[in-house]
Amino acid sequence: MSTLLTRTPRRAQPRRRSRAVGIDARPGFLVYGLLTAILLGSAYPLWWSFVMGSSESSARGDTWPPLLPGGRFWINVGEVLDSVPFWLALGNSLIISSVITVSVVFFSTLAGYSFAKLRFRGNTALMVVLVATMAIPTQLGIIPLFMLMREWGWTGQIGAVVVPTLVTAFGVFFMRQYLVDVIPDELIEAARVDGASMIGTFWHVALPAARPAMAILALFTFMTAWTDFLWPLLVLNSSNPTLQTALSQLQSARYVDYSVVLTGAILSTIPLLVLFLIAGKQLISGIMQGAVKG
Amino acid sequence: MSVTLSRPRRPRATKPETDAAAPDRASPSARSPLKQRLSRLDVKASPYLYIAPFFVLFGLVGLFPLGYTFVVSLFDWRLLQGQGEFVGLDNFAAVLGDRFFWNSLFNTVSIFVLSSIPQLVAAVLIAAVLDQNIRGKTFWRMSVLLPYIVTPVAVSLIFTNMFNEQYGLINNVLGALGLDPVMWKTEQLPSHLAIATMVNWRWTGYNALILLAAMQAVPRDIHESAALDGAGAVRRFFSMTVPSIRPTLIFVIITSTIGGLQIFTEPRLFDPVTAGGSARQFQTTVLYLWEMAFFRQNFGEASAIAWLLFLIIVGLGALNFFIARRISSAESRRATRRIRRRLAQLKGQPADRMEDHS
Repeated sequence: MSTLLTRTPRRAQPRRRSRAVGIDARPGFLVYGLLTAILLGSAYPLWWSFVMGSSESSARGDTWPPLLPGGRFWINVGEVLDSVPFWLALGNSLIISSVITVSVVFFSTLAGYSFAKLRFRGNTALMVVLVATMAIPTQLGIIPLFMLMREWGWTGQIGAVVVPTLVTAFGVFFMRQYLVDVIPDELIEAARVDGASMIGTFWHVALPAARPAMAILALFTFMTAWTDFLWPLLVLNSSNPTLQTALSQLQSARYVDYSVVLTGAILSTIPLLVLFLIAGKQLISGIMQGAVKG
Repeated sequence: MSVTLSRPRRPRATKPETDAAAPDRASPSARSPLKQRLSRLDVKASPYLYIAPFFVLFGLVGLFPLGYTFVVSLFDWRLLQGQGEFVGLDNFAAVLGDRFFWNSLFNTVSIFVLSSIPQLVAAVLIAAVLDQNIRGKTFWRMSVLLPYIVTPVAVSLIFTNMFNEQYGLINNVLGALGLDPVMWKTEQLPSHLAIATMVNWRWTGYNALILLAAMQAVPRDIHESAALDGAGAVRRFFSMTVPSIRPTLIFVIITSTIGGLQIFTEPRLFDPVTAGGSARQFQTTVLYLWEMAFFRQNFGEASAIAWLLFLIIVGLGALNFFIARRISSAESRRATRRIRRRLAQLKGQPADRMEDHS
């Protein structure tokens, strides 16, 4: 966020000089041409999927791809709904991602607050350990994790997808970096002097201050949980899938209708597209902030 | 990534004991010794309690499975029959002597190189374009980030169709231009290119935004004074922008190494019937691990593969880290020397003598 603001105040006065120098001058057609090319590169695969998903399968044979959608989109949507348990998968994905998001945000804020603001023996050492765990490819432990879930009888249930990611090292690190500067120590002291318990201090002082970072962490956690594929594929079965594993079944069917597959790809993208249109700005500032802070 | 872990700041340098007792004395209920003791326990235990969920969960689903993977790798262990005989390091020997393992490693590295280098170059260029004083900043930034919200599964489905050998968009267009179709799935290098394209399409914009943030952290005044001194845009890009985003670049490289070497979704869905192509031409190591564990049901060897890959990734991560540290410390040494020399010139002394003092 701060990086977005640094330019504004300065541009007000030395405008004339910088224009003379050629720094802050409005760029010409070349830059906008490049930007348009980038936009096309980003958007075209999605548009093409929509066009193909709304056409007959035979449209794939055309030499030049059609540019406008056909009239079969809803028919193909019906096909998707018939061939995979779409609504169940959507519901599962929503439940899994929401539970993970709430849990990660809460526990990360709690731990991040403790690392940032509370004094205890081993604070720095434990923080170093936590940061180091981020470099460990824990995904490679899937075999014993799978055995564990089978032992507990959790395979096939969405709990098996939720539990391993209830709190993440990245979340704790992210919240710690934010809270260390944001909460004045005096505020915590004051709450303590007023007789608030430790958890009361967290609840009334830290939590309100942490809200902006919590929103960004929530956004990223939700996206990560929503896109996860390897673990749900392993631990869930095709009768109780997430949206991602259900989608992959479309492609694995014996007879693959490609316009149905692409319709599925578009359908599964719509929830995140809506989220993107609402919170895209926060997503961008989250990425850029993470870069500066990390 | 500069991970600076300073201790939490405290307004006063008091000892923990007095610190803990201070609020109690102020509160009216502090007379009761039980309450006092509870409050002190609260102060002592709470910090650990708050960080406990992460460490407990990490131990349970992170550390324990990794350690147990090593145990499994020492046994003849099957998916259904479970634990068998102790075989020592035989599974490791079998994997290291297995040409499919080396093939998967080659494919992983090849796809990684094809997806990381062009991606970084493109991300730097896109960031440089976005760094211009353009109208509609948010709109263009969002357009760059759009692919990121398409899930890897959907990306794989879309591009698998585009790269279809018979009816795919790309071969259709190649045909229309009078070129021969490319066997995107059957041949090794084209299949790697196709998979790398999926990764690149989704991640380039994301990384461009990270690099854009790093570019904007450079004060504009410095750019202005360099421009006043006659440095053109290209010159400023290479001698000012690129060096200043180097730490961020290293961060991006490290994270993409950890993720890139575990690539699974894209090659898995590129050909859902065979795990990585009919001749394993694009079978990555995690995909091979998957095949070994759940198709061939050999948990012992699969665990050995997991551990070898684990060692490779952690090793490469550490190597990256040390190279990055070497570069940055060498740079800061050079910078200090330069400043010392300047100071020395100002004072009219030879630079060597100044350095002797330190």
